[in-house]
Amino acid sequence: MWFASPDEVRGRLTAVDYLADDGIATSVFLAGALGKPLLAEGPAGGGKTQLAKAVAEATGARLIRLQCYEGLDEARALYEWNYKKQLLRIQADDGAWDDIFSEEFLLERPLLKAIRSEEPTVLLIDETDKADVEVEGLLLEILSDYQITIPELGTITAARRPYVVLTSNATRELSEALKRRCLYLHLGYPTPERERDILLAQVPGLPASIAGQLARTVATLRALELKKSPSIAETVDWAHTLLALGRTELDEALIGQTLGVVLKHNSDQVRAAKELGLPSRS
Amino acid sequence: MTTPASLVDRHVGFVHALREAGLPVSPAEGLDAAHALMVVDLTERETLREAYAATLVKRPAHRPGFDLLFDLWFPPVIGGTQEGPEESTAEGTAEGAAVVETAAPPELPELRERLAELLMGDPADPAFREFARAMVGRFGQVQAAPGRQSWFSFPVLRALSPETLVARMLTAMLDERGGLPEKVARRQIARTIEAFTEAVASDVRRRIAEESGIEKIARSAVRPPIDQVDFLRASKEELARLRREVYPLARRLATRLSIRQKRGRRGRLDFRRTVRASLSTGGVPLTTHLRPPRPHRPELVVLCDASDSVSTFSHFTLLLTFALREQFTKVRAFAFVDTVDEITDLFAPGADVLDAIARLTETADIVRFGRTDYGHVFERFAERFPDAVGPRTSLLILGDARSNYQVPALGTLKRLAGQARHAYWLNPEPRARWDTGDSIATPYGSVVSMHECRNVAQLAAFVETLAS
Repeated sequence: MWFASPDEVRGRLTAVDYLADDGIATSVFLAGALGKPLLAEGPAGGGKTQLAKAVAEATGARLIRLQCYEGLDEARALYEWNYKKQLLRIQADDGAWDDIFSEEFLLERPLLKAIRSEEPTVLLIDETDKADVEVEGLLLEILSDYQITIPELGTITAARRPYVVLTSNATRELSEALKRRCLYLHLGYPTPERERDILLAQVPGLPASIAGQLARTVATLRALELKKSPSIAETVDWAHTLLALGRTELDEALIGQTLGVVLKHNSDQVRAAKELGLPSRS
Repeated sequence: MTTPASLVDRHVGFVHALREAGLPVSPAEGLDAAHALMVVDLTERETLREAYAATLVKRPAHRPGFDLLFDLWFPPVIGGTQEGPEESTAEGTAEGAAVVETAAPPELPELRERLAELLMGDPADPAFREFARAMVGRFGQVQAAPGRQSWFSFPVLRALSPETLVARMLTAMLDERGGLPEKVARRQIARTIEAFTEAVASDVRRRIAEESGIEKIARSAVRPPIDQVDFLRASKEELARLRREVYPLARRLATRLSIRQKRGRRGRLDFRRTVRASLSTGGVPLTTHLRPPRPHRPELVVLCDASDSVSTFSHFTLLLTFALREQFTKVRAFAFVDTVDEITDLFAPGADVLDAIARLTETADIVRFGRTDYGHVFERFAERFPDAVGPRTSLLILGDARSNYQVPALGTLKRLAGQARHAYWLNPEPRARWDTGDSIATPYGSVVSMHECRNVAQLAAFVETLAS
């Protein structure tokens, strides 16, 4: 068992500075209790990867990370035979044909490593949507049965089920089959109250009044129709910026000057400046 | 909910209701949810809600409908008021309805005072929902028909009219009005008022469900997920949400299109490389080398109807095509009502698209008499922009094919379609309404292939066929 109740999840995640709401706490608890992978989806910078790290830190488990990218294949995700070593062995010893497919020549990749791990492990499969569709097929066997089949060695079953977190930015729709096997958690933009608490937890030394003001300003920005709404990570960056500037008061001029920290498109900045009546930078 | 049997019934009924509302819940997911029920504390309502959401709702667009149904199937336990309404409203409503009609009840100012206080606070506060519930009990019952009472949210909102409290709340929250602080405060108030309206509506639904059964209200209350919303019937908020969908949708489509392009068709045989490679195997071509596929990027010419009847649809589609600019070598856009003008410049990269749409009607010369006239538009288009449609162009016409009984100019359209590589017509009207009234969908459809395109899902499916 990973956690005893959603409340315990909340408590232990808070202890590592990750503020969980009802949805996060319940899904994180269920993923542990039911032994199912947790699929966290949402806009970039919403704390998806952070969630997996926080779970690992809170439970003292080892974090194994598989970063997905276009062109990721079995050899990078699962396992690979160490060809060079195998060749050397055959050259050195003619009778070694039978031994070269053994433990000694196996290169572990993140998925195999997580399955074979004896200690508690959190397996983070990051940005699943970036990988090709075939990788999803590969994940299906691992995520439903927690086992891997290596033709030369046989089937390897998990010694201890890892806690699996998949993240996705929803740049493409993941397959129904994969979604069906996962618990789903959508990490959207938080309410201003929660965002204020996140700021206070993430940015030590930030005055509470500024945190509240920042959170409400960001909520106002998100209400505008922008190309890219500011994420939580960007709000945190903004708070760091203000701290670094040594300002304790958030006024319009300051917001206008530092808007680039949260809005990364010129048209978005122009739009925000116009709608919020900020002094334009000229 | 006390015995397991009734819990199972409720679970099955809830899953059934979700499916009925269009959420794809597989039997396996239903089982997962049942497993989840075994391990969570069932008395914690929010935990129960999230447990169901995590196991059953795998798309954010389905979440609002899910929440609404959850509130109906697992209503909050309300201490004390449960037996109260029966009798108190029996006499209370006759009186209460009358009171609302004639004069405001004496304590109304105090209630509004309390509301203002709550609206300035956190909407997650339990007192907030409690107040909404009490107010529905107080004002929400109205005589729907002689001898039949029903619950509504509008009398509650009319009596308390939270919108008229905004000025007072702003004064209380701010030292001085104006500027950014006021914008931020207004946004916050708008959010809490929305939460209050939703809390009232949710309690009204709960009361109706209690009186006339869950199924009845569930069917009418759940709105379709945003990608299924009809363009022509979308409400104002839905439109705003739809526009927000444009960039995520464009990004999703762009990824899918570029993946398809990369792996889709292989190129032709690269003879030179194949022969060179065969040298290492003694002249036997063991491996063939293929040329990389030539990317097919259509030039796109969009002709869009900007008249009021279909403007929501054509604006959204324009936004999407411009967001997908990198998928096409060249996009040119023309707008028309009863004459046509080019609007490509309005959508230059980096330009604000909302501005572009607002400026569209002012700057472009598209209106003569103000009634859509497709025939004249096609004639003018062929005359003014003879070079717009060429052999590499995909011609895309957006409109409802309702031409106010004018001459259709089928010949001109046929010539235009013949010049183009492909020609498509997207019609936001349901197929069943084509050819009714002044619609000449079938005659136009016989010249240019016409597709029904009523919602985002259909539009996305079409864009995929277009770029492949």
